[in-house]
Parts: sequence; structure tokens; C-alpha cells
Amino acid sequence: MRKNGVKVIKIKAKDVDVFYGKKQALFNISLDIEENQVTALIGPSGCGKSTFLRCLNRMNDVIDICSVKGEILINDFNINDKSCDVVRLREKIGMVFQKPNPFPKTLYENVSYGPTIHGMAQSKQEMDEIVETSLKKAALWEEVKDRLHEPGTGLSGGQQQRLCIARAISVRPEVILMDEPCSALDPIATAQIEELIDELKKEHTIIIVTHSMAQAARVSQNTGFFHLGQLIEHGSTDKIFKNPDNKKTQDYITGRFG
Amino acid sequence: MNLILFTFIVLLGFTSYYFGRKKAYTIQSTKKRLSALPQFYGYYLAIWCAIPAFIIFSLWAIFEPTIVKLLILSDYSNQGYLDDELNLLYEKSKALSRGQFTGEITPFIEASAEKYLSLRSIAQSSKVVIVLSAIIASVAYAYKRISSNSRTREPVEKFLNAVLFTASLAAILTTVGIVFSLIFQTIDFFKVIPLFDFVFGTHWYPAKAFVRDSSEALDPTMYSDTFGAVPIFAGTFFIAFIAMCVAIPIGLMSGIYLAEYASTKVRQYAKPLIEILAGIPTVVYGFFAALTVGPFLKELGTSMGLEVSAESALAAGGVMGIMIIPFISSLSDDVITSVPQSLRDGSYAIGATKSETIKRVIFPAALPGIVGSILLGVSRAIGETMIVVMASGLAANLTLNPLESTSTITAQIVVILIGDQAFGDPKTQAAFALGMSLFLVTLCLNIVALRVVKKYREKYE
Repeated sequence: MRKNGVKVIKIKAKDVDVFYGKKQALFNISLDIEENQVTALIGPSGCGKSTFLRCLNRMNDVIDICSVKGEILINDFNINDKSCDVVRLREKIGMVFQKPNPFPKTLYENVSYGPTIHGMAQSKQEMDEIVETSLKKAALWEEVKDRLHEPGTGLSGGQQQRLCIARAISVRPEVILMDEPCSALDPIATAQIEELIDELKKEHTIIIVTHSMAQAARVSQNTGFFHLGQLIEHGSTDKIFKNPDNKKTQDYITGRFG
Repeated sequence: MNLILFTFIVLLGFTSYYFGRKKAYTIQSTKKRLSALPQFYGYYLAIWCAIPAFIIFSLWAIFEPTIVKLLILSDYSNQGYLDDELNLLYEKSKALSRGQFTGEITPFIEASAEKYLSLRSIAQSSKVVIVLSAIIASVAYAYKRISSNSRTREPVEKFLNAVLFTASLAAILTTVGIVFSLIFQTIDFFKVIPLFDFVFGTHWYPAKAFVRDSSEALDPTMYSDTFGAVPIFAGTFFIAFIAMCVAIPIGLMSGIYLAEYASTKVRQYAKPLIEILAGIPTVVYGFFAALTVGPFLKELGTSMGLEVSAESALAAGGVMGIMIIPFISSLSDDVITSVPQSLRDGSYAIGATKSETIKRVIFPAALPGIVGSILLGVSRAIGETMIVVMASGLAANLTLNPLESTSTITAQIVVILIGDQAFGDPKTQAAFALGMSLFLVTLCLNIVALRVVKKYREKYE
């Protein structure tokens, strides 16, 4: 989104290096992410795009051998700083995973999980509202409103993924990270999710990792191309797909390697 | 003698294997295609060597004693002896032939003993001759028969199949046999003692049954108030309850620590160390409970002005709980570890802390498996014998005071069966009835536990 024609930068990564043990996975990544836009990260498997995504909400902390260097500024605050509270950070930066991973609980409990642990609702009524709005925003409400107390694992794959999106937006995050959210879904479910992403960008900044270049072209406004742990090129999706500066980007987009 | 013969047959087996394979190689050298690999020809011949040997050995073992006995007793057949006397005569002459007879030696017995010896040696040598000739004949027959296109692989595979089948059949039949002996003895027991008295009676005092002279007629009324199993059932569940009070929290928490918090390095050393606990023989736990924990609790209680028996349910149950910790911790560790990482990621990604994730996502997901591991722990606690015998006394008190001594089903079985027992006596049969009830309880627990664990597995696979 542009305020007075000026891009608003939500996330600013500066010289990010990531190591798995001694092996370096990301080299000197510097990337600006625009607010209320969809940014797609593309590149061949193992290029580090998911690793970069997981830096943004410090999910790499979970992996013992992984270490991250460099600055990542979100709202001008460095999340790699010691003073950063990971719990608060992840409340603000939601994440949706490659494989739908609803908890083995009811639909209602799946969505109310985040608001509960962050103490966002004072009463049952408030919680009901949060669950309803989140499910509505995730375009799932109409399908499941009569069976909120059935297990979330009983839904279809596409519904499960929308449930996970509802779970992620239930705590009103500013940013939503999506790690190949459609790779386990059929084309119809994929189309529904893509439509949803377009809707969600009104309120959230979205970063999506995808293998499908068509999907990147369809949903995103900006695109970053990763190759062998390096950010080769980034810019507006139009430019990357129609007129890339780098030969490697051109080759990847046109399917000559990858 | 038998050992030498057996060794010789084994050697024959190897030899036939060698010749079978050699014949196969010979056939191969004439550029003919074999129907199976050469070693199958060898195995085939070895089986032809083993089967007749096995059959003849079994037949001999079954019939030799009977035939020898018949032949010896035929000498006395017309002299008006009773069957019992004849049996005694036979046993005496057998003992004499071994030089173990100490009574008065009559010429009769001496003659029988000599006859016994000679018959035995005839039987032995004829066995050797028959076995060896049968083997040689069958191997020779098979050797002649095998050719390039004879089927050797299929019979060998079938033979292996039969051997494996027999092995599993042996295990199953043993189980069935044990269960049936339990059932029949239990039925006999309930013919004397009414089922109602056993299940609802509150006095367990089998020592009363010890005083009966076995020559007296069986009078069921003298057993009233003797075999009321309520105190020992109560004691069993009470001690198991104390054990689980120790084992569940400690086992579960250490399981959670190992699965979620411990670094790879700590886990690598801690897990085997905890599992060592499971390898300590229960008798060692038993004297640990009886000699260390029991007296310690007594002193502690005395210093607080409590009356504590040196052999208390608390000591036995507590030590039993320690014994069960590794089962619960190790199993729940496995179950928790098998909860998919994606669920943890999902929870962390929304800002949950580690403990919130464990409490709200992982624990509920792993609960069926954890319940399964607890049930397996309970069935161990109920079946545990040695610790109770050594640390909780043998008097079957009906009490819910953990500081008093109480007894369990297993400990009472030990009490009943120590020393002399007579089959057909209600005292001995009481042990079978107890064993049967114990078997039923643990069987149910195990079935439930396995069901629960299985259901859990299906969920993630």
C-alpha cells in the first residue's frame, strides 16, 4: 500500500545470514517487505526461501543447530535483538504451514487456542465473536458453523488449511507468513485459498513461499527470487515476471532450470 | 549312549547335506540346469536324514518303557499279585538295577533287575541299529531320486514352514494348557468353597486350612471364613494404587522432560540410565523395600508420633512405584516424541510457550498412548510379587491405612504354596483361584491398554 504514493515498509531484512551447524543456508539477504501487500518468495527447492520465512517469526529458534545473524526490523524493531519477546513477536506474525496442521481438538478449540493463550477474550461471548470473525475471514464459517465442536482433523484438506488460516488470524497478526500453503491441496481448494489471500492483504501483510510461479504471478504484488541461499533479484511481480534484470531469474521464470 | 548316537546323527545330517550338494554340482557340471540352488539339494537330503531319526526316537521314548515293563511283569502274571504290588515290584527292580535299592533284596527282585538290565541293553542296541539303518536307507533313497529337475526347494521351504509353525504352536499350546489347568483347579475349588464366600468374604486366613489332616474327610463347613478374598483384593489394588501414585507423576514428568526439554546429549545418557531401573531384579527392590525403606518409614513415623509397621503397604507400594517409573517414562517419552512436529510448530507459531504447547497440544494428543502406558504399569503393579512378600507382610488385613501391613493376591499365592502341598486340597486350589482372578484382571488391563495404544497409532499413520 502506498501512503501518498510512498511505499510503506513493514519488514526490513539487513544482511541476514543463516547457518545450520557449520553449513551456511542463507547469504547476506537484504529485502524490504511492503505493508498490506503480498510478497511471494520463489526459487528452486533448497534455495533457502522457507528458511528466510522462518527467520521472520524466529521459528528457527526451535531448531537447535540453526543460528541467524543480521538484522530483521519489523516496525523498526530488530527481532533478532535480545530484548525481543518471541511470544509477543509470534502473536504479531502469524504463520501457515505447508501441510495443514490443525490440532487434534474441535474446530472451536483450534481457533480459540491463540486468543486463549494470549488472554484476548474476557468472556465466553467475546471468544465466540473472535472465533466467528476469524472463521468468516478465513471463508470457512458458512461451511462449519453447525459443527464447531467436531474435531478439526475431520475436515477436508482445503478446509483444514483454511482452519489453520483462521487460527493464525484469530490473534489479529500484522503479518502472515505462508509456507507453500497450497502444495498439499487440489486446484479448487488452491483457488479458494488464493482468493482468501487477496482478501486478507487488506488487513495483513502477507509473505508467501511458493513453488508455483503461476501462483506467485496470480497472488503477489512483489516477488523475491532465491537461488542457492542468495536473493538473486526482487521487485514488483510484474517486473520480475516480464522483464527480470538477472539472467538466472529469467531462466527460472521461463522454466529453463529449477 | 544317547548323546553319542545323537552326535552321530547330526554328523550324518551334515554328511548328507554335503553329498546332496555335491550331487547337485555334479549335475551342474554336465551343463544341465538345476531346478534349485545346489544347497537346497543338500538341505533336502539333511531333512531326509532328520525326519526318520526324529520319528524313531519319539516312538522309542513313548513305547520302550511300557514294553519293557510288560515283558518283566509277564513273569509274575500268574502268581496272583495285585496291580499295585506289581508296580512296586517293577519300581524295586528298576532301582536295584541302578544300584539305588536299599531294602531287602529277594531273588525275585534280583532276577527282575537282571532281566530289566538285559532288556534295556537290547532295546538300546536295537534302537541304534534301527535308527542308523533307517537314516541310511532314507538318505540313500532320496539321494538316488534327486536329479536335475526334481523338486527340492519346495519340500525344504515346506519343512521350514512346519518347523516355525511347531515353534509358535508350542508357545500357544503352553498358554492354553496353563489357562486350562487354572480353570479346572479353580472350578474344583469353587465346588468346596462357594463363589460368593470367595468374592465377598472379608476373612482371608488360609493358615486355618493347614491344620486339616489329609486323611480326614473334606468338610466344607470348616472352611467358612477362611477364603474370603476381599482383604487381599483390596490390598492388591491398594498397593497398586500407592505404586501408581509414585510412578505416574515421576514417570510422566521425566517422560515429558526427556521428550521435550532434554537436549539430545542429555537424552542420550538419561534415557538408558532410567531404563536401567527396569533391569533391576524385583527381588533386589524387595530387600531394598524391606531393609531400607520400611525401617526408615518406621523411624520417621515414630519420630512424628505415628505408629508405623515395619512392613507397611507404603514401603512396598512406594518401592514398587519406583520400579514402574521406567515403564511409564520410557513409553510416554516414545508417545510424546511421536506427536508430529507440525503440531508443535503450529502452536509455537501462534506465540505459545513451550509449557503451553505441551499442556494444551502435545499432552492431549499423546493422551491415549500415555493412558496405555499407565495401564501397562498398573498391570505390572498388580502382578508384582517379590516386593510385597518381602516388604508388606503376609497377613491379609483389610485396611486402608498405608502405614499398616497388608497383603496382595500374588503374596498370598506364595504363602499358600510354600512348603508341602497336596493336590486336590482346597488350600492348594485356593492358589489356583487366586491365580485365575489375577490372570483375568491383568488380561483385561492388557487388552484395554493395547486397544488404547493401537487406536492412538492409527490416528497418526
